[in-house]
Amino acid sequence: MTPQPLLQLQNIRKAFPGCLANDDIDLEVTPGEIHALLGENGAGKSTLVKIIYGALRPDQGQIRWRGDAVEIPNPAAARTLGIGMVFQHFSLFESMTTLENVALALPPQNLGELRVHLEQTARDYGLALQPDRHVYDLSMGERQRIEIVRCLLQNPSLLILDEPTSVLTPQETETLFATLGTLAREGRSILYISHKLEEVRMLCDRATILRGGRRVDDCIPAKETAHSLAEKMIGRRVESPPGHSASASSEIRLQVSDLSVQSDQPHGTDIAGVSFSVHAGEILGIAGIAGNGQIELMSALSGETGSPRAGSIQMLATEVSTLAPMARRRLGAVFVPEERIGQAAVSDLNLVQNSFLTSADRMGFVSHGLVDWAGVERYAGEILTRFDVKAAGTAALANSLSGGNLQKFIVGREILQQPQLLVVSQPTWGVDAGAAAAIHEQIQQLVSAGAGALVISQDLDEIFALCDRIAVISQGSLSPPRPTAKITTQEVGLLMGASREQPQEISHAGA
Amino acid sequence: MLVLEARATQSATAAWLSPLLAMVLTALTGAVIFLAMGKTPGIALYIYFVEPLTSWSGLSEVAVKAGPLILIGIGLSLGFRAGVWNIGAEGQFIAGALLGSAPAVYFYDSVNPLILPAMLAMGVLGGMGWAAIPAFLKTRFNANEILVSLMLVYVAELLLVHLVQGPWRNPQGWGFPGTRMFPDVALLPMLFPGYRVHLGTLIAMAVPLLAWFVLTKSRFGFQVQVFGSAPLAARHAGINNHRMVWTTLLISGGLAGLAGVMEAASTIGQLMPKISPGYGFTAIIVAFLGRLHPVGVALAGTAIAVTYIGGEGAQISAGLPKAVTGLFQGIILFYLLAFDLLTRYRLVRIRRGERAA
Amino acid sequence: MELLIASIMTMMTAATPLVFAATGELVSEKSGVLNLGVEGMMLIGAVFGFAAVTLTGTPLAGLLVGSLSGLLAALIFAVLTLTLLSNQVATGLALTIFGTGLSALVGLDYVGETIVQIRAVHLPVLSDLPIVGRLLFGHDPLVYLAIVILGLSGWFLKHTRWGMILRAVGDSDGSAHAIGYPVIAIRYAAVAFGGAMAGLGGAYLSLVYTPLWAENMTAGRGWIALALVVFASWRPSRVLLGAILFGGITILQLNAQAAGFGIPGAFMSMLPYIATIVVLVLISRDPIRIRLNAPACLGRPFRAER
Repeated sequence: MTPQPLLQLQNIRKAFPGCLANDDIDLEVTPGEIHALLGENGAGKSTLVKIIYGALRPDQGQIRWRGDAVEIPNPAAARTLGIGMVFQHFSLFESMTTLENVALALPPQNLGELRVHLEQTARDYGLALQPDRHVYDLSMGERQRIEIVRCLLQNPSLLILDEPTSVLTPQETETLFATLGTLAREGRSILYISHKLEEVRMLCDRATILRGGRRVDDCIPAKETAHSLAEKMIGRRVESPPGHSASASSEIRLQVSDLSVQSDQPHGTDIAGVSFSVHAGEILGIAGIAGNGQIELMSALSGETGSPRAGSIQMLATEVSTLAPMARRRLGAVFVPEERIGQAAVSDLNLVQNSFLTSADRMGFVSHGLVDWAGVERYAGEILTRFDVKAAGTAALANSLSGGNLQKFIVGREILQQPQLLVVSQPTWGVDAGAAAAIHEQIQQLVSAGAGALVISQDLDEIFALCDRIAVISQGSLSPPRPTAKITTQEVGLLMGASREQPQEISHAGA
Repeated sequence: MLVLEARATQSATAAWLSPLLAMVLTALTGAVIFLAMGKTPGIALYIYFVEPLTSWSGLSEVAVKAGPLILIGIGLSLGFRAGVWNIGAEGQFIAGALLGSAPAVYFYDSVNPLILPAMLAMGVLGGMGWAAIPAFLKTRFNANEILVSLMLVYVAELLLVHLVQGPWRNPQGWGFPGTRMFPDVALLPMLFPGYRVHLGTLIAMAVPLLAWFVLTKSRFGFQVQVFGSAPLAARHAGINNHRMVWTTLLISGGLAGLAGVMEAASTIGQLMPKISPGYGFTAIIVAFLGRLHPVGVALAGTAIAVTYIGGEGAQISAGLPKAVTGLFQGIILFYLLAFDLLTRYRLVRIRRGERAA
Repeated sequence: MELLIASIMTMMTAATPLVFAATGELVSEKSGVLNLGVEGMMLIGAVFGFAAVTLTGTPLAGLLVGSLSGLLAALIFAVLTLTLLSNQVATGLALTIFGTGLSALVGLDYVGETIVQIRAVHLPVLSDLPIVGRLLFGHDPLVYLAIVILGLSGWFLKHTRWGMILRAVGDSDGSAHAIGYPVIAIRYAAVAFGGAMAGLGGAYLSLVYTPLWAENMTAGRGWIALALVVFASWRPSRVLLGAILFGGITILQLNAQAAGFGIPGAFMSMLPYIATIVVLVLISRDPIRIRLNAPACLGRPFRAER
């Protein structure tokens, strides 16, 4: 007889305006198991766990906890039951200290005692923390440790982690897995949300697979291959990207020398002494964990933040460090920033207006200060058809598109300008596998046709699949680029964590 | 259960409907207020909202009042679209009146017809100059334009009082504060004998058309839109932050200054300690009520002008205090902001378990 | 000497309404809500407070009614911005326009009226001490109340759990909601407090400072209070410093006009406004520092998905 499940979900349904996020989902988590919730972006994983954590209410269905039907009206109720959650986009307060952040999630108590308790728990599970540092000072890994310790202090029976490794180096991931193993052996259950197959195979006892808001399968990941899991998750055969046919020529499209930039963000990272070059016909990848200077590098390249403090940027053989963004575009460089809504596109403007945003000069849409809107409209239409963007026509507002379609639109808008240099940050972050593959293919086609590309990404799989050479950004410094064939994931991981003051990372978890 | 649901596109119907609804509800609220003050609501409302429109002289007065409101409102709506919160138009209005009147004050016996164009140009420059202060302090020192432009209203008011009581006071004015009356060549010509509608009113009517053209057809109009709704996207698209702050402030300041000098050089004909019945602040309401759209601003300016004239009429014929007009303006803006929600969201009834389309 | 003491005494009375209003606004902004309606709420507090004293003859009733009316005005703002998600800047302006109009209308009957004044408390021995006696113990009770409220607000924000929660809501409304705090309710409370304080500041003007009612009598003090919050970098301790600075300029300007240095009075009267601009410029020069100190969610609407 199987032990009584800790958590049972029955026929959970949740609809948002215009989308059915969870459709009749069942789920069962037994004590002491690490249970994977596997699915693509948009499959309904986050909605489901928010329902379990009381942050959303289901429209229909039942939740049972240790066999009893329960209502979970809010997160406090979830915590009382013994459910803890580590959010993907952390629920931390940047201007407050670690200790305050922990205190806020717990019932009122003496801060002095809490500090002792916090340090004890952190030590027990190998999660190094400094109670008095402000969160804005901390790395992504440290922030995640705060969230985990914050949950553990409530002695949860079920710990939910939403895509926890997306902000970790491979080494930090190993440490996390060791901690999770310890927790499971203590009899706690873990609900582990991910779309990374290898991780799930390595870590999890069972997996529930979601697709398009429905539960499509249950399986034991260790008995599956990454390939079979991927097919269940995506629902069709997956093919690896074809790669591009060009080989790097000697012609340099982007040359950055000794670049130093002061961040204009309150908690930003300055970049210092960054040098690299991108040749025609090659893709250079810059790996690194978010918040290590990627945003600053990107905006220095696109020209959004004005002249750098020191160093030079040459695009297409022209010194551009004092040029405005549009002047750089006129030279033949295009940029796809990390933020889709609000930076690459304006949410409450339609697709025609959004097409015009970056293409105005290079496509010659402006004469005597007046805009040729009919021409822009044709251009927008071309983007939609050429790049297979699903939208209700060119009059649709940008925020009515799904993440994947909007990203296809943005990448398409830049590629149709026939650039000689493409600089793109997090090209497929948060988009579904179909759109991701399409975007990768477009980038590779562009490079095959002779352009150079710089891809900044925190997704190591993407970097390795797409790029010819790889460099790693950490704390605002860039490692020397190396050919993809001559560097391993482990090495990249070490570089990603490099020069960070890592307080006793060596864990005794599971020892 | 009723819930708010974000609309996929902004509702055009709601955009036009919400100012109308706001006006209707303001009238209803007005009725309650009149009742509380012991007046007959029907009569009071008629005097306020209808009577100004029933005679030629009433219409002429409405047009005269609407002129400055529309001029300033157009400038402000441009700035508000760009997220540049110039709320010191009242000060720029006064600055325009001051600088623009200088020729008429110093050449009080002039017969040169060129004095009027010179005055209008200087009025625009005066307003621009006053608006340039917040623009400079914002772009150079990051100082909040709301507070700076507002503080400058008080400074401008004090400066005006000082000038009309001191250096610019009419020596033949028996000590009353105020300049000499402007010479005839320095006054905007009246359009119809017997009515106060003047050339400035026509200018004010033309400006919304120009603004509409700029907003819809020009690259600058597009940039204003992007800069206001997504500053990071504007930066990504290479729209220069400082230039947007400067242009929008200079345009709104210039238009307020023009309104100021035209007010002095038309119905008043001189400078006095108080030359504006709060046009600069009322124009903020006009801009919002017109949904920051040039045509809307023209309509809203006219509607608010009706209540101004109605307020004056009510004071004379019904003994209603002028302050009621100010209260109405606040209330109408509250209602408008409340209905604004409906342009971005819709109310939908959701039954539990209902399947979304 | 006598003149100096008298000047310092009046400086404190000039600073007090600013302390009230700025303290309230600071708490509201700490929770992430920017209420530009301070000027309007002060006017409403001033007129209703004055009316209450005229009707009841009790100064205490005036203060209570003044702060309550400010609170109610703030609730209109709260319903619009927090429940109906309207733009905070526009709604704050609306509140100021509304307050100006409403106070002018209500105040019509009270122009030129005189009222019972609130007097300085006289403490035996202490108040009679030479110099210090009057400087420290010779003020009207509201001066002390303003300082106590400011101190308590600072202590509340820094050292109490609810203060920590309020700061958390202003720092990241999304996170606070995810952990399970009622973001909107907390903001309602903070805005209401801000309104009550602005109302009290206004009532102080009409009941103690002048004491009479005149249309638009706040003369921009609500806006100066807003500037004070920026000047104070959202730190309560600096609010007092800033308010005294502005009180000092106001008094200096009045004395200088009385003494008549040959500078036209209008130019002296401009001083507080120009000083506000200068202070804003000095404090805002470094945009990163401003953004570090300002609550991260200031002015942003929040809507929880359910």
